[in-house]
Amino acid sequence: MSSITRRRALGVAAGAASAVTVLARTGQAAASAPRAAAPAADSDPAPFDEVYQGRRIQGGPAHGGGHHGGHHAGGYSVTIDGRELHVMRNADGTWISVINHYEPVATPRALARAAVRELQGAPLVPLTLG
Amino acid sequence: MTVRKNQATLTADEKRRFTAALLELKRSGRYDTFVTTHNAFIMSDTDDGDRVGHRSPSFLPWHRRFLMEFEEALKSVDATVTLPYWDWTADRTPRSSLWAPDFLGGTGRARDGQVTDGPFARTGGRWPINVRVDGRDYLRRDLGAAGRQLPTRAEVDSVLAMETYDTAPWNSASDGFRNHLEGWRGVNLHNRVHVWVGGQMATGVSPNDPVFWLHHAFVDKLWADWQARHPRSAYLPAAGTRNVVDLHDTMRPWNDVTPADMLDHTPHYTFDTAA
Repeated sequence: MSSITRRRALGVAAGAASAVTVLARTGQAAASAPRAAAPAADSDPAPFDEVYQGRRIQGGPAHGGGHHGGHHAGGYSVTIDGRELHVMRNADGTWISVINHYEPVATPRALARAAVRELQGAPLVPLTLG
Repeated sequence: MTVRKNQATLTADEKRRFTAALLELKRSGRYDTFVTTHNAFIMSDTDDGDRVGHRSPSFLPWHRRFLMEFEEALKSVDATVTLPYWDWTADRTPRSSLWAPDFLGGTGRARDGQVTDGPFARTGGRWPINVRVDGRDYLRRDLGAAGRQLPTRAEVDSVLAMETYDTAPWNSASDGFRNHLEGWRGVNLHNRVHVWVGGQMATGVSPNDPVFWLHHAFVDKLWADWQARHPRSAYLPAAGTRNVVDLHDTMRPWNDVTPADMLDHTPHYTFDTAA
């Protein structure tokens, strides 16, 4: 069994999409549509750092844009116990993660909390290929 | 000729052959390559960047091609097997025969969400979750958790009534049929079903649950139903759209198939009911 990072898996399957996203980020406000309780897509969510149900969840600007090129949150990074949760911001400003991919929530903090509840104590792991 | 049938109408023998073919694809390692592909696309498809498999007009032709490839893999194991579809407007409770032990097995247990019956239960040892985003290597479900409800037939009909295939900005903020079927906007059909099933089906590695294929086979049928209702409505956009697969653009990862190639399903398969 080999283990590769999500970013590397993306590089194989998705080519240069990440770089395109970073460049396109600045001009994306026009794509947003209002949804209840969602912040504007072009406002940066506040950083957070808390212990939720016994696990440390943190969110904030990603370190060094290129390093997080495989993550499409406009430079925003979320971790659970120090391990990165893949997150994505929708056009209307709501958020999803790889753990809750079909159910948008209003903020990265709500997203991290939802992931903690879903994980039931399990650790996040890098994408593993069988 | 390949006929895709409503899962509720399958015979015991058809169910046995379908699940046996799934287990053989899993054993050989081919199954997990589909999970990997899906997750790679779901993590890279973004509203403001390149988008192919999801949150974009090509959501429907991309999944049609993806399911065709998977169905071919099943047929290479057992030529009599085709993909069934799950009409979740009709079979809408955890008591449906879909979730019986002779088919997909039921919901997960309360403690850890683990599916404990059926061919894909951890106890059978034949369905390890290898392509995963957390430490758990067993199939999980939480059918209808927190009182969630599957879409109704009336809700489906309200979406099928939409004449326009898709609209700018061609993403999760769009109006039109595609995005309402996908579920980022409006009554929410496709996305809501993933959430209703729970477990891996709610994550980026959702094809780990075999119900993924039955769910998407029905979404695919709804596209065909929509085409029958709106014969003058075309796939959009037609050309020249940045980051989006236009009608005659090729789609990753195959690079040799376009949405135009996928508009007519009948050369490849038909359904057990007239579209």
